Amino acid sequence: MNEVPRFRRGFRFQWEPAQESYVLLYPEGMVKLNGSAGAILNQVDGQRTVADIVASLEQQFPDAGPLGKDVSEFLQDARHQHWIELS
Amino acid sequence: MSTTNPHNAGPPLWLLAELTYRCPLQCPYCSNPLDFAQTQQELTTEEWVSVLRQGRTMGAAQLGFSGGEPLVRQDLAELIAEARHLGYYTNLITSGLGLTEAKVDAFAEAGLDHIQVSFQASDPELNNAVAGSRKAFDQKLALARAVKEAGYPMVLNFVIHRHNIHQMNDIMDLCERLGADYVELATCQYYGWAFENREGLMPSKAQLVKAEQEVNRYRERLQQSGSAMKLIFVTPDYYEERPKACMNGWGNLFLTVAPDGTALPCHSARLLPIDFPNVRDMDLQNIWYDSPGFNHYRGDTWMPEPCRSCDEKEKDFGGCRCQAYLLTGKADNADPVCSKSSYHDRILAARKAADHATAGLTELVYRNADNSRLFFRG
Repeated sequence: MNEVPRFRRGFRFQWEPAQESYVLLYPEGMVKLNGSAGAILNQVDGQRTVADIVASLEQQFPDAGPLGKDVSEFLQDARHQHWIELS
Repeated sequence: MSTTNPHNAGPPLWLLAELTYRCPLQCPYCSNPLDFAQTQQELTTEEWVSVLRQGRTMGAAQLGFSGGEPLVRQDLAELIAEARHLGYYTNLITSGLGLTEAKVDAFAEAGLDHIQVSFQASDPELNNAVAGSRKAFDQKLALARAVKEAGYPMVLNFVIHRHNIHQMNDIMDLCERLGADYVELATCQYYGWAFENREGLMPSKAQLVKAEQEVNRYRERLQQSGSAMKLIFVTPDYYEERPKACMNGWGNLFLTVAPDGTALPCHSARLLPIDFPNVRDMDLQNIWYDSPGFNHYRGDTWMPEPCRSCDEKEKDFGGCRCQAYLLTGKADNADPVCSKSSYHDRILAARKAADHATAGLTELVYRNADNSRLFFRG
């Protein structure tokens, strides 16, 4: 929870109006992100810890209940895909 | 701007800007048209900027600068800066020849996201023989290191054929030593110059099987060591029984603009007997959604048998139009890679030929302007 996620070199996260979604761009590839993946990765700025991100999302989506487990699992998965680094 | 968009096509998310057909190398598998030397009058800087703006407005997010060798364009840094400013993810696809450390840094400053350096082999002799250049290999190594130092993700591309397929392990070792993030091991596909040289390039089935095993073993080892290096092995269509979903469908995702402004649904499509529009005559929106060229193979009403009644037609769209044209003389036909095609025997014959091929590297037709002129003079 104290780890800080940051995008791996060469990965860029941005909003694409034409696709009405957040995407992750990398060398010759693009992942279209669903709503929750977009909301989580939108918090990744290389400064905030996983705990900060969870707190911010819980504030943003008060009806969603505790989000710690889902957010951690997603970020672990994103690391496994080599989209982000956690340190 | 109004469009009819008869097939309800999605936006061109991928834009490939082939800035020039000029290139210092002479690779015998080049995907450029055989008659490239006939193409005059490259788009100007202003014309390219206009193409980039229009593409971005339409939703293009990935942009490739390729060629030929894009580095011969003096306005490359300017185009990169414009593209990055527009919000593209910018990829430079280069042989590395003509790339200096100063340029690597200048492009980084302009906002370039990624440089892909292509190699021809894992050792200098073979590399330079294939590239038709004596100094290529050393320059490439130096550049690969400079690219990494400048903070780009490192993507190395090797075109694989019967003369270097025995080097798979050496190639992957070299990539790991250089610290590559992605390695594309792309077996030749047979279009353009590679089709002309197919017999001299196509690996045998036995070679391919061995290479695939080596890649799989290497991949397992990388995974065990936690390495982030990703291996992408592209096998040739000629050893498949079903065709690929070429370009994810005609005019579905990819838009190529050739050096003279001709807009194409893929970089090989120029060889088809279809009239393709030019960005000098028509805006990109109309080209993509309305032009007869881009609508030619959208949907499935154009399909003859066996595609028409095939339950896989929505999966592979009948395969590749260029391959159908090159191998059957008719672009509407099923891609003969498919075992249901009545021309599939031509694929089988090519496989058989690959088992017995003896042609050496010197017997290939190298991609250069002199050889190109032979093709359009006829």
